[in-house]
Amino acid sequence: MPTSLIEGSSLLALDIGSTTTRASYFDVVDGRYRFIAVGQSPTTAAAPVNDLGQGVRQAIADLEVLIGRRLMDDDKHLILPAQPEGTGVDNLVSILSAGPAIKTVVFGLLSEVSLESVQKLAHSTYLRLVDVIGMNDNRQTHEQVDAILRQMPDLILISGGTEGGASHTMKKVLEVVGLSCYLLPEDKRPAVLYAGNQDLADEVKASFEKLVPMLHFSPNIRPSLEIENLEPAEKELASMYPRIRQRQMMGVEEISALSGGKLFPTSFAQGRMIRFLSNISEKATMNVDLGASSTTVSGAMGGRLSLNVFPHFGLGEPLSGLLRHTTIEEAMQWLPIDISADIVRDYMYTKAMYPATIPATTEELAIEQSLARQILYLAVRQALGNLPKARPPRAGLMPNFDPIFASGSVFAAAPTLGQSLLMLLDAIQPTGFSTFILDQGNLLGILGAAAECNTLLPIHVIESGAFINLGAVISPLSNAGAGTLILRARLTYDNGEETMVEAKQGAIEIIPLVVGRTGNLRLEPVGRTDAGIGFGRAYRVDGVQGSALGVVIDARGRPLRLPSDAARRRELLKKWLWTVGG
Amino acid sequence: MLAPVTHIIPLTTIIRTRMLPTAGTIQVRSGDKVAPADVVAETTIAREHILIDVAHALGVPPAKADRLIKCSRGDKLAKNAVIARSDGIIPRSVKAPREGRVVAIGGGQLMLEVGETPFELRAGYPGIVAQIIENRGIVIQTTGALVQGIWGNGRMEYGLMINLAEQPNHVLQPADVDVSLRGSIILAGHVGDEKVFRNATDLPIRGMILGSMAPSLVPLAMQMKYPILVVDGLGRRNMNMAAHKLLSTNEKREVAVNAEPFDRYAGTRPEVVIPLPVAQEPPLPRDLEVFAPGQIVRLLRNPRQGAVGTLEVVRSVPVILPNGIKAVCADVRLESNEQLVVPLVNLEVLG
Repeated sequence: MPTSLIEGSSLLALDIGSTTTRASYFDVVDGRYRFIAVGQSPTTAAAPVNDLGQGVRQAIADLEVLIGRRLMDDDKHLILPAQPEGTGVDNLVSILSAGPAIKTVVFGLLSEVSLESVQKLAHSTYLRLVDVIGMNDNRQTHEQVDAILRQMPDLILISGGTEGGASHTMKKVLEVVGLSCYLLPEDKRPAVLYAGNQDLADEVKASFEKLVPMLHFSPNIRPSLEIENLEPAEKELASMYPRIRQRQMMGVEEISALSGGKLFPTSFAQGRMIRFLSNISEKATMNVDLGASSTTVSGAMGGRLSLNVFPHFGLGEPLSGLLRHTTIEEAMQWLPIDISADIVRDYMYTKAMYPATIPATTEELAIEQSLARQILYLAVRQALGNLPKARPPRAGLMPNFDPIFASGSVFAAAPTLGQSLLMLLDAIQPTGFSTFILDQGNLLGILGAAAECNTLLPIHVIESGAFINLGAVISPLSNAGAGTLILRARLTYDNGEETMVEAKQGAIEIIPLVVGRTGNLRLEPVGRTDAGIGFGRAYRVDGVQGSALGVVIDARGRPLRLPSDAARRRELLKKWLWTVGG
Repeated sequence: MLAPVTHIIPLTTIIRTRMLPTAGTIQVRSGDKVAPADVVAETTIAREHILIDVAHALGVPPAKADRLIKCSRGDKLAKNAVIARSDGIIPRSVKAPREGRVVAIGGGQLMLEVGETPFELRAGYPGIVAQIIENRGIVIQTTGALVQGIWGNGRMEYGLMINLAEQPNHVLQPADVDVSLRGSIILAGHVGDEKVFRNATDLPIRGMILGSMAPSLVPLAMQMKYPILVVDGLGRRNMNMAAHKLLSTNEKREVAVNAEPFDRYAGTRPEVVIPLPVAQEPPLPRDLEVFAPGQIVRLLRNPRQGAVGTLEVVRSVPVILPNGIKAVCADVRLESNEQLVVPLVNLEVLG
C-alpha cells in the first residue's frame, strides 16, 4: 500500500467561462495529486441572474454528486478549509473569462514604440480597444477628450516615454486622461494602469489618486527604444482584472474573497502554465484556446511568454462580426459537404445570438468545424509576429512549437479525436515535429492558477494523464509536386517491431502508436525536404509516446493550399477526414 | 439545469424602467397614469467640449492665467462672453467661442461644454408610474400581452398593429407595403428585400414586427427611423407558432414596440407589449426556470429550428446525437406531434 509522500490538501478550482462554469476537484491519491472530477453549470453572469455566484454554486453542487463529498453547507456557502468529518475543501483558486470584453483606451507616444507595446499589453487579456491615442493622433485635445467621454472606457492603459527621457509630451497625454476622468461621472470613471516613464509616476499618483477608482503602476513597458518589458505590466493588469470585473458583475467579489485573491484571468493563468512547461522542457510551447467569446494564442520559449487574446474571434457572440475579418468564401472553404453561403451566414448569426448552443445535425457540425478552423487560422496568423522568435523554417510560416496544447469545446467535444486533430492541423499549420495535446477539461488555466498555492499539483496532474495526447505530428516542407515521395518514416516500437511509411506530397499518413506504448522514430527526407531540422537532414526522435492517433505525417505542404474547385476541395477534405478516422 | 426564458405571454404584469442618459428633471409623479407619447423626464445632453488655452492666448504663465479667469466652474457663458482679460495698457481678452458651460479650470486652461441639446424621455408604454428614480427616471407598470424578440434596431414606437402575416411562413414583399399601412405597425413574416424597408420609410409606417430578417439587411435596418423588431432570428425562418398566434389574434390593437438591442449582460431585449385591461393584476413573468417536464420550449437550433413543443423528459444520461456529439438532452414533442431528442442547451422555455 503506497504511503502519501506529500502533505496533501484538496483543491477546488473554478473556471468561469463565458458560457460554462466548471468546478474541478483535485486531491491526493496514492501520494500524488490527481484530478478527480468536474461539475458544471451554465455561467450566470448574464441576465436574468446577473450573478456569477449562482452558476458557481450549481457547478459545485454538480461536483458534490460526482465525488460524493459535501463541499457546501446548508446555506450553500463553501466549506473552507476541509473539516475533519470529511466535508469541504482546503484551497480554492479561480480563473475567469466571463463577461463582455473590457472597454479600453490606450495611450502612448510613438506608434512603433510605446503605442505598439501598450497594444500588445492590452492583448494579453480580455480587453477591447475602443481608442488608441498617440503622438501622431491628429485630433485636438478636446476632441480626444470627447472621444473618451463617448466611449466611457472601463480601463485606460498609459505608456510612453523612455526612462530618463523627455516628459513634456507625456504631460500632454496625462492632461487628456485627467480631463476625461474628471468630466466623467464618478461611478463611470475608468481604472488606470500607468506603465510609462517612471520619472512621472509620482506626478501621476498625485494627479489621479483621488480622481479614479483604481490606479496601478508597473515598470515602464518600453524603458528604452530597443527594450520591451511587458511581463510586470501583464502581471499588474491581471491583478486589476478581478477588481474591474467586480464593478461590472455580481459575484466576482465573493469568489475573489473566497479564493484569497487567487482569481486570475484565464488567459494569464494559461500563459503562466505554458511558460512553466516551456521552462522545464526547454522547448517552444504553444497553447490555443478557442472559446465562445474569445480566442487565445500563447507561446513561450526561453522564459519569454507571448499572450494574445482576441475578443473579436470566438465561436459565440463574435461570430456576428467575423465577416469583417474574413470572407464568407474563406469561412466556408473547410466544409466537406455542399452547403450554401446563406445557410452558413444564418448559422453565424444564430450562434452569435445563442452562444451556448451546440450543433445537433451533421451539416451544422460541419459549419461549426469549418468556422473554428478559419477563426483559429486568423488568430494564429495575427499572433505570429508576437510569438517568441523561434526560427520559422520559411517567412510567414509557423515556427516550430512542441508541444501544442489546445482547448475549447469545439475540439473537446468533437465526435472523434481525429476531427479535433485535423481542425488543429488545418488552422495552425505547424512545421517540424509537434506533439498535440488536447486539454479536454480546460485544466491548463486551472493548473496555472493552482501553482500559486501548490507548485507540486500542476506537475502531478500533467503526469497523471489528465490531458489527451492526440498525436505526434511531423509536418515536412517540400516544393515537390503532388504525389512525389518526400519523406520516409520508420517507427521502431518498444517491443522491437518496426513500421515504415513513405509520405507523398499532399497526403496525410498515420503510423499507429497506441497509448501506453512508446517508439523511436527515424525521419529521412527525400530530395529537398525539410522534416524539421533543415533541408535533406535526417533525424531521430526517441521515446515518442503513444497517443490517440499515433504518429501523423502531415505532408500536405505549408502553407496549406486547398483546391479552388469546390467539388475537388470537398473530396480532398473528406479524404483527409477519413484518413484521421472520420 | 437553468433554462433560458423567452416571454410569450397572453396576459401578465409588465414593469419597465425608463432612464435618462444623464441626470435631469422628472415630469411625472408616482401614481400618475401615462400614455406612451407622454414626456416623463427631461435633461440636456452636451457631448462636445472646447479647451481654451487662456495662458497661451494672453501670453502669461498658467498660474497667472488662472487668476485672470473671471468665471467659475458651472458658469453658463454666452457666445463672446469674456473669459479672461490681461492687465496692462492694452489689455487682451479671451472670449467664449460658443455658448456653453464651464466644466473645468486649471493650469491656465478652461474647458467649455458646448452644443447642449434638450432630451425628452417618453413613457414608451401606457401604464401607471410605479416609482420615481430621483433625477434619473421612472418605473412604469402596465398589464397586457408580452412577446420578446431576439433582435432590434434600437427604436421605440406605439401604434396600431396591422397583421400581414396570415401564416408564420409569410414573406413580406416590397409591393405589399402600400399606403393603407401608413402610420401603422406592421406584423409580418420574413423580410429579405431591402426595398421593403425603403417603401416603409416612404409611407411612413410606425414600426415593423418580423418573424425573421436576412442578415444582410442588418446595416440598413439600423438606419431606419422606425422600430424593427425580429422575433425569431436572422436568416430565413418562420415566426414561432406561439408568437404568431398571440400577435395575430391581437391585430388592430395598439401595441408598444421597444426594439432595444438584445444585451445578455444588461438584460435588455426587444419586446412587444400589447396593453390589455384587467380586473385583477396578473402575475409577473418568471425570469428563471429549471428545465422540467411539461414546459413549453422552443428549439434554438436545427433540426426544426424555431419549432415549439412540450418538454416530456430530461434524460439523465448524455445522448450521442446523429452527428456524433454527446450531450445532455430532453425529449420534446412538437406541436406536429413529432418527437425529437434535443440537447438541453439548444432549448429555451417559453412562458
